[in-house]
Amino acid sequence: MSDTKTSSVAGSPLAIPVGQGVTRRDFLNEITMGALGIAGLGSVAVTYQYFSPNVLFEPSTTFRAGNPDLYPVHSVTFLQDQQVYIVRMPEGFYAVSAVCTHLGCITQWKPDADMIACPCHGSTFRPDGVKIEGPAPRPLPHFAISLTADGELVVDKLQIIKASQVLKV
Amino acid sequence: MASCFQSALHNLRETKVWKSVFRRGPANTNRTRSLAIFGNLFLHWMPVKVREKSLRVRASYYLGSISFILFIVLFVTGILLMFYYHPAAPNAYRDMKDLQFVVANGVFLRNLHRLAAHLMVFAVFWHMFHVFYRGGYKPPHEFNWVVGVVLLLLTLFLSYTGYLLPWDQLAFWAVTVGTNIISAMPFIGHKVRFLLLGGNIVGENALLRFYVLHVVILPLAAFVLIGIHFWRVQKDGGLTVKPKDEDGKE
Repeated sequence: MSDTKTSSVAGSPLAIPVGQGVTRRDFLNEITMGALGIAGLGSVAVTYQYFSPNVLFEPSTTFRAGNPDLYPVHSVTFLQDQQVYIVRMPEGFYAVSAVCTHLGCITQWKPDADMIACPCHGSTFRPDGVKIEGPAPRPLPHFAISLTADGELVVDKLQIIKASQVLKV
Repeated sequence: MASCFQSALHNLRETKVWKSVFRRGPANTNRTRSLAIFGNLFLHWMPVKVREKSLRVRASYYLGSISFILFIVLFVTGILLMFYYHPAAPNAYRDMKDLQFVVANGVFLRNLHRLAAHLMVFAVFWHMFHVFYRGGYKPPHEFNWVVGVVLLLLTLFLSYTGYLLPWDQLAFWAVTVGTNIISAMPFIGHKVRFLLLGGNIVGENALLRFYVLHVVILPLAAFVLIGIHFWRVQKDGGLTVKPKDEDGKE
């Protein structure tokens, strides 16, 4: 019916065929559903943003580990607050994460067995983080370690470095 | 004494107030018995007639009802526990200890909540196995089976979110391990973990988020789905009754 209706003033500039199957009701329905859809997607997006905190009150990921002389050569020292091992070997210093790469438990240094062991599911690692046995999928990561101007060790837990990079003091 | 009580009840039923609340008369015919079910908000989704065989213990072991009763126990005890619990560090752990050692009957409520939670997981699983082995997932019950699976998942999520709330070592490491499992999801795992914890570590944000999930979002979702689940039992033609039961042989 109204689909095939044309403007009543034939021959005038207004004589544009109305239709191609779109009625006013269809048009308004589609506009409304489209607007609601966009508003819906927008609210999902802003809700997602709302749930992502912009500021976190979490411990700093960079910390000072004291004077290098505190750590004897051939030693593994567990820093409980930071969950990091400071390892000093003849070739130098490295900082190894104490968080198991399996499911995030805190591992323990076992001096008698000369290995790092996870209490949760039994993964074991060498002092340089290399995996001895699973279920951990990856070795323990090494964190960037450097010296401050006044000669203290500083570890940045956000920067993961290659295991071959050691700090010579 | 009994007749005195009876006549008091009879007089009460004749009052204007009673009649304004319960519009039907006494349920003494099949029609008025049906009306008693239809006219009650809390019963209207129940069937007005059931097959006798579907009421036998062996037909269901009442596992769905047991799960629902445990859910109500958890709902009531959970609300009571909320009056003494702050979802913040370090209060959460202290409040949990206060409930155990200081608050009158607190240890009873806490243990009731905990035991009912363990039992509910057990009952819901048993319910699922029982329905499965009776073929309750087959048409026309296939949609209700899916609703039931979602309810099973909600039960497990409720259990898991509640596990963090005591804020002790067990809770902390369980959630550390659990959320690290989530982060193993391809592509979105780390983002989902970040959103769930409200940060990168299991801290105060995580405690608050798990608390809101545990006391508002998940119970609300469970309530709605339980409503649909019960209603669909009736709409799908009642419990699955085995032909063996129909024959009357056991």
